[in-house]
Amino acid sequence: MTLDLQQADAVAIAQAVRAKDLKATAATEFALSQIAAKDPSLNCFTTVLAEQALIAAAQVDDAVQAGKDPGPLTGVPFAVKNLFDIQGVTTLAGSKINRELPPARQDATAIAKLKQAGAILVGALNMDEYAYGFVTENSHYGPTHNPHDLNRTAGGSSGGSAAAVAAGLVPLTLGSDTNGSIRVPAALCGVFGLKPTYGRLSRAGAFLFSSSLDHIGPFARSVRDVATIFDVLQGTDARDPICTLRPPDPCLPQLDRGTEGLNIAIAAEYFAHSAEPAVLQAVEQVARALGATQHVTIPEADRARAAAYIITATEGSNLHLANLKSRPQDFDPATRDRFLAGALIPGSWYVQAQRFRRWYGDRVQELFQTVDLILAPTTPCPAPQLGQEKMVLDGVEMLTRPNLGLFTQPLSFIGLPVLSVPVPQPQGLPVGVQIIAAPYGEAAILRAAATLEAQGMIAAPVVQSLPAS
Amino acid sequence: MTDESLSIDIDRWVDQTAAVMDLPLSPDHRPGVVDNASRIWAIAQLFLDFPLPETIEPAPVFDPTLGHASTTSSHSL
Repeated sequence: MTLDLQQADAVAIAQAVRAKDLKATAATEFALSQIAAKDPSLNCFTTVLAEQALIAAAQVDDAVQAGKDPGPLTGVPFAVKNLFDIQGVTTLAGSKINRELPPARQDATAIAKLKQAGAILVGALNMDEYAYGFVTENSHYGPTHNPHDLNRTAGGSSGGSAAAVAAGLVPLTLGSDTNGSIRVPAALCGVFGLKPTYGRLSRAGAFLFSSSLDHIGPFARSVRDVATIFDVLQGTDARDPICTLRPPDPCLPQLDRGTEGLNIAIAAEYFAHSAEPAVLQAVEQVARALGATQHVTIPEADRARAAAYIITATEGSNLHLANLKSRPQDFDPATRDRFLAGALIPGSWYVQAQRFRRWYGDRVQELFQTVDLILAPTTPCPAPQLGQEKMVLDGVEMLTRPNLGLFTQPLSFIGLPVLSVPVPQPQGLPVGVQIIAAPYGEAAILRAAATLEAQGMIAAPVVQSLPAS
Repeated sequence: MTDESLSIDIDRWVDQTAAVMDLPLSPDHRPGVVDNASRIWAIAQLFLDFPLPETIEPAPVFDPTLGHASTTSSHSL
């Protein structure tokens, strides 16, 4: 059996390597060749670990030959947003300042888990500086380009992670999401991006941005891949004080259960306005495919977004305060003034935002007593042009960048699990739809996504040929 | 510069609070900071006066049993 490595998802690669139909080394060499050929146009990678990867792949091949089973991701190449610690590599977190740090002493927990499952780390990926952005337009390392249209943004802040998967450089990547930084680039690049429940996955070894709101999560091109990697990443971790103590809840075995018994609703009002028609139509199509007809209103979502912004600005600024005082000129101009302004926020505003967060979380929890899943758009529009300052939504001109997170921010605010699923557009750029559950409801989300995928409603085929820039 | 649509003087807020925070603002950066501070002020108005029962506590809950091993020096600069 010859596997088409161009389109194979991670599960297919792992199956082939475990069955000795494919060498891990071959899969890794293919990924490295794709990176060499396509990354110059995309700028996804900030570090490529070719030698390390090939050594690791050879070790996996030896293990398989010896009759061992490294795990569900055997031989699968992957890459990570460059805020994850990689042993022996300096953790840039998208910055120039962090170049001066010593190399990380150990892998982030998430990387260690993926390696333990047999996956092969091939490199680190571009991001907005210190994760403060929705566009991956980084003044130190350059912008990451959208594989669907090189003149457009890949989204952010995990732009490199999303674009690398969309372009078929690697089948799996890791990113982080504070206000939308997994979901936004997933939607704009036409791939799956999972922001799990807050605290579900260990953040140990990931450079933080806003501790109250930071999550880590995967990008992939199939539902089974998302489920597989999510299951591998679950587990308690003494190195992470906010990592849940709940035991893992494997989702992969539940994928085929379909949507029976799941009450699915469409988010109304705030989530049904200020979006381009293609985006709202995608939500309707997904709703129809899932048999969802009822609408729910997530109350005060605009206030939730505002409170999330205040928490983000305060915590982010506090984390970087020493450098903001001593070397503001070394920050990316795109983040610097926002970080500086965040240092000025009254403490009472921050506490009020955290209290509002408790109130809002209680109201949304009440909603989930009558629904299991809620559908909403991921972004208000498909990928904007790189450097695009303004956009028009519902006839209103507004700043592009902060409003890419319009629909993502009120959800990450209270740590709800959300999967952004790609809805391909025959004549245009892909758009994403968010499938949202109550905390720890990832299995229900993935069941719904599997149903949609089986119907051909959602898909993430590799962008076949990069358009000329 | 004062934005007349706001009820406070953003410039003064920025300059005075930066001084209190011992945060130098270079002339190059100050306009962008004032601009962002205006935005922050406007954003905060969306929830600051939303009435909450007194019984609503801040979302984060402190667990005195949770230790945290000291992070590697890789993350301090």
